[in-house]
Amino acid sequence: MSGPLYAGVDVGSAATKTVLIDADGRRQARDVRRSGADLVAAAAASLEAALRAAGAERSRVARLFATGFGRSVVAGADETRTEIACHARGAWQHARRAITVLDVGGQDNKVIELAADGRQLGFRMNRKCAAGTGAFLEEIAHRLAVEPGELERLARAAARRDVRIGSYCTVFAATEVLSRIREGASLPELAYAAFESVAQRVLETGRVAAESDVVLTGGVAEHCPILAEILGGKLGRTPIVPPEAQSVGALGAALFAWESRSAGGTGAGA
Amino acid sequence: MADLKPKPFESAKLMKKIMADHFLEADAASKDPTRRVAWCTSVGPAELLHALGFVVYFPENHAAMLGATRQATDYIPAANAIGYSPDICSYLTADIGAFLKGKTPLQDAYKLEGVPRPDVLVYNTNQCRDVKDWFSWYGRHWGVPVLGVESFRGVGAVTHEHIDSIAGQLRAITPQLEAIAGRKLDIDRFREVVRESRETSRLWRETLETATHRPSPLTFFDGTIHMGPAVVLRGLPVANEYYRALLGELSARIEKGVAAVDGERHRLYWDGMPVWGRLREMAVQFLGLRTCVVASTYCSSWIFDALDPAEPFESMARAYTELFIVRDDEYKQRYIRRMCEQFHCDGIIWHDAKTCPNNSNNRYGMPERLAKELGIPFVSFNGDLNDLRCISDEQVRTQFEAFVEQLGG
Repeated sequence: MSGPLYAGVDVGSAATKTVLIDADGRRQARDVRRSGADLVAAAAASLEAALRAAGAERSRVARLFATGFGRSVVAGADETRTEIACHARGAWQHARRAITVLDVGGQDNKVIELAADGRQLGFRMNRKCAAGTGAFLEEIAHRLAVEPGELERLARAAARRDVRIGSYCTVFAATEVLSRIREGASLPELAYAAFESVAQRVLETGRVAAESDVVLTGGVAEHCPILAEILGGKLGRTPIVPPEAQSVGALGAALFAWESRSAGGTGAGA
Repeated sequence: MADLKPKPFESAKLMKKIMADHFLEADAASKDPTRRVAWCTSVGPAELLHALGFVVYFPENHAAMLGATRQATDYIPAANAIGYSPDICSYLTADIGAFLKGKTPLQDAYKLEGVPRPDVLVYNTNQCRDVKDWFSWYGRHWGVPVLGVESFRGVGAVTHEHIDSIAGQLRAITPQLEAIAGRKLDIDRFREVVRESRETSRLWRETLETATHRPSPLTFFDGTIHMGPAVVLRGLPVANEYYRALLGELSARIEKGVAAVDGERHRLYWDGMPVWGRLREMAVQFLGLRTCVVASTYCSSWIFDALDPAEPFESMARAYTELFIVRDDEYKQRYIRRMCEQFHCDGIIWHDAKTCPNNSNNRYGMPERLAKELGIPFVSFNGDLNDLRCISDEQVRTQFEAFVEQLGG
């Protein structure tokens, strides 16, 4: 294989993602890893791993766009775009119609409204609190003394689905969990309640237009399909969860890089 | 982006001098048994106080200095600890907290020992109820009178009943102020101060309206600094001298086509309070985005068209009641719409300030209504005027950047 590759590196608060696409805009490889404390190293390692998966050298990357809250630290980035623009771009690639993107990230969530041609019409982000984000689920998992990865399985085993965690505040929500335990809620019911809380907080962030389809992105969407089911129940329509939902932002960055190819050269090593 | 800097104004030197003179005079007056110091809220009856010979000091300006020098967040907890909630006005909590700690930016800037001790505190609740609570704390602390005007809120059309009430309240506190000042109100002097104040207001409007030009010679961030004299020295000739100098500089920029933001691509409106501790960062970010925040509700709130020396009490009452902050949402929406049209804005930034509900106009659906009406997008961000514990810098930076991307890169 040869020809130029276009890279998107999304350095998020929880995870760093890389997507490589080829000259035809087709996905070639991706990598997902924890961001940790050294964002520069995480970005470099993620790009390297994605290149390895694609069997390519770094010199084949014609354009690299960085996004995410650590976008400014990505070595060798040609340009940066916000994660809002990149999630919008990546999500629209899957839907190609008017959509509302719901992104549940590690530290924030976003509601982005897109026109049929992909133009961004508006966006909202959550307030400062981590409620409604991946960090919230991690905190609840910690409180329940289970691994975050177990929450999905537990939630599906819930006998009752009417246990609620209503607080805006993650710390208060954790004390609410204690109240629910005292009231007799089981572990699976609390796990379900945690996802229900995330869904509720996301829908409070911004309006979801009645006429538009919903695309759900982010790590929680990819790893916990139950979130899409709960959101679907609340919205009255099933959200579209794109493949590799966690790296939709990185895909968007890669697509921006690919679209900029005429401006920045198309050949290997450009 | 690291090299970007807001373009300085030559007249800033004059501003620095007249502001220094103001604080030094207030300090001297507070130590002189023959002189009287009045503390006044930002849109309190400063004209009346000047006419009575008071040296007038503005705690809101002091609180903004605490914010701009990034000291506010250090002192707010001291006020929280004595029962003033972190959810109330962070001007109040920063100012009282700093006082409790024996600190003020006036120490570093002007080598003063502290804030000037007042003989009287005079408020107008047109800003909020917090100003009265704030002044009441100092009134109790020093055992000095706290006088004031209770303003109307949610005012639609300004009526004679509103004017009569406010003018009546101003007249009612006058004998007490005369007793403290040790002199009777000289109506001619009063008219003169109102005339000067009217002129300050006219010049300040003219200053802000230079930003209707493309490219704008002035940003909102410049405005928040240069409004100092309009707030604390209005009614005094020195404020007018300053704005004439600044206007000369702005006119020269317009003539030469000098932009405050090089390569100005987008023009935005700002509603709500500034984030005092982040003015420079935000100004620099918008320079990098080649986007000029050209107009704001905040800076324009010190334009008092109604002031009229022929009717000092009534015209002050009208000016303070026509104020944006005390009006109903229908008026506010019309006002912002008119401003966006006048300044050719492509979008609106709404600052939802955690501790300033009165100055956060995004909470009752207005951004959505205006976006529909004007056909321009908006972004709302959570922040605060002074309490940096309430702001996520990274999230705000990303929101501004994403908003400009949405406007077209």
